Amino acid sequence: MGIKRTEDKIQKTPNLSVNIAGLKLKNPVMTASGTFGYGEEYSEFVDLNKLGAIVVKGLSLIPKDGNPTPRVVETPAGMLNAIGLQNVGIKAFIKGKLPFLRQFQTPVIANFFGDSIDEYVRAAGELSSADGIHALEMNISCPNKQAGWIVFGTDPKIMEQVIAAVRRTTALPLIVKLSPNVTDIGFMSKVAENSGADAISLINTITGMVVNIKERKPVLANITGGLSGPAIRPVAVRMVWEVYKSVRIPIIGMGGIMTANDALEFLIAGARAVAVGTANFVNPTATIEIIQGIERFLAEDGLSDINEIIGSLITGDLNHDMP
Amino acid sequence: MHRYFKAKITGNTPLNEQFRLLTLIPLSEIEIPSPGQFYMLQASSALVPLLKRPFSIFEHQAGTLKFLYRIRGKGTSCLAGLGMDDTINVIGPLGNSYPEPQEDFIAVAGGIGIASLLPLLSRFKKKAYLFYGARNSDELVMLNEAKSLSKEVAITTDDGSEGQKGLITDVLRDFLNSSRITYHALQIYACGPMPMIKELSSICMNKGLRCYASFEEHMACGVGACHGCVIKVRRQNTEDRTQKWIYERVCKEGPVFDVREIVWE
Repeated sequence: MGIKRTEDKIQKTPNLSVNIAGLKLKNPVMTASGTFGYGEEYSEFVDLNKLGAIVVKGLSLIPKDGNPTPRVVETPAGMLNAIGLQNVGIKAFIKGKLPFLRQFQTPVIANFFGDSIDEYVRAAGELSSADGIHALEMNISCPNKQAGWIVFGTDPKIMEQVIAAVRRTTALPLIVKLSPNVTDIGFMSKVAENSGADAISLINTITGMVVNIKERKPVLANITGGLSGPAIRPVAVRMVWEVYKSVRIPIIGMGGIMTANDALEFLIAGARAVAVGTANFVNPTATIEIIQGIERFLAEDGLSDINEIIGSLITGDLNHDMP
Repeated sequence: MHRYFKAKITGNTPLNEQFRLLTLIPLSEIEIPSPGQFYMLQASSALVPLLKRPFSIFEHQAGTLKFLYRIRGKGTSCLAGLGMDDTINVIGPLGNSYPEPQEDFIAVAGGIGIASLLPLLSRFKKKAYLFYGARNSDELVMLNEAKSLSKEVAITTDDGSEGQKGLITDVLRDFLNSSRITYHALQIYACGPMPMIKELSSICMNKGLRCYASFEEHMACGVGACHGCVIKVRRQNTEDRTQKWIYERVCKEGPVFDVREIVWE
């Protein structure tokens, strides 16, 4: 074993590239939408050419002001946010932010959302015709104004309609970002796959709330917010594994990844790529350190290809009917 | 030159029970900060507290960075627990800075707000009429330093334990009304609690004075990515020249704003 490892190290560095719905990534590490701005904000800390992909902050057809403050609060091993999807709008993004990203040899994935099916379709259309966007990531964790503000991603019927409508609009790889705030994530991922998704990303933040007990008020102006950070990681890993058992399309796993070891948990559980979110705030070079750490792990384990580790979880003879 | 670097702690000196002065030696070459800029300091490498905390630069001299802070929550308690030769991760200098005063100026500090204003007093020695208010004499930190760097100093405390009893903004208003000086050309620089800044804003509107204040908000990234730390400001629409409000980031477009631009809720 020891001899084999040495030989492997001499041979070459392991292959880190993965394929997500026809999109070739040089490594499986991307940024999570909303935590990396439009790339430029972190470009002085991170060589953007080294990333697997850049997922930009969520975009909408019309610019959004976002929520009142406080918008963020720290929680044990995590944070709660209710930014309210503040963004410059798709037109301003294409004109003002995308040219900067085109300088890099890294695929750009545009995250987008809407509050009606029509808005999703028009947003997808505008993004698809822009030069320099390589895939779309659909955020379906927002409320539908035409259906009593039910969150698209929590109602299988509405979810099916909106994904199918966007699917007809774009020829780009379509990633659907699932909400974890559902009872059966495996079922929801199947709905997304059957509706035309090319890949699934998960998890979005988990809805949470923090109370100021002296004032008896919620800390966030929006009352509730989305929990992220290492606190949610075990939930995210479990959900990735459940989705991996349910669908055939590739999975992008995220939720509290701080280190290479965290990322590897997701890959072993079935994710073909991972996204780093809150960790960027703590350590602006986290993405690069995670890429290097994954490479080191593979080399030390004598593996020549990242794809050997994806979905390699060993569960033994598990009886699924048992709690 | 990097804005993300490791630094060694060479001092974490208690000034009294609540206030400390942190001295760092960066382990790589750094950018030179301007008064009003801030740094994100990582108080712990554990997962709690997770996020870095923003602190105004207090002093930059001979390769060292100093931060004056008050122990208030988890982050600052953790910071207070760090000792000599511990290393911490730092991002900075971040944000904009106070515009340069044209001549003599007025500085208004509320409590720990002195930390942000002292570099300005230090760079423009004996140019400032300093108005420094705090809850009590214990919270009037760095008072001697501030006095020695200012032209004149007025002090208030809420409990009257030092200086005049009352609000610093009331003393400023009296000063401006006294016609002892021609104040019209004086710019005001301020850092302190929101009610103080808001009161200053109305004084400045009244007197037609320009006031630059440093603002605080709950912050996560510090570099403009997360849009957590926004503030409502008035901006002119470039197309139809109408006024509208937008959310700007305290960490990127700020932390210093012209108070006339702020939309008070």
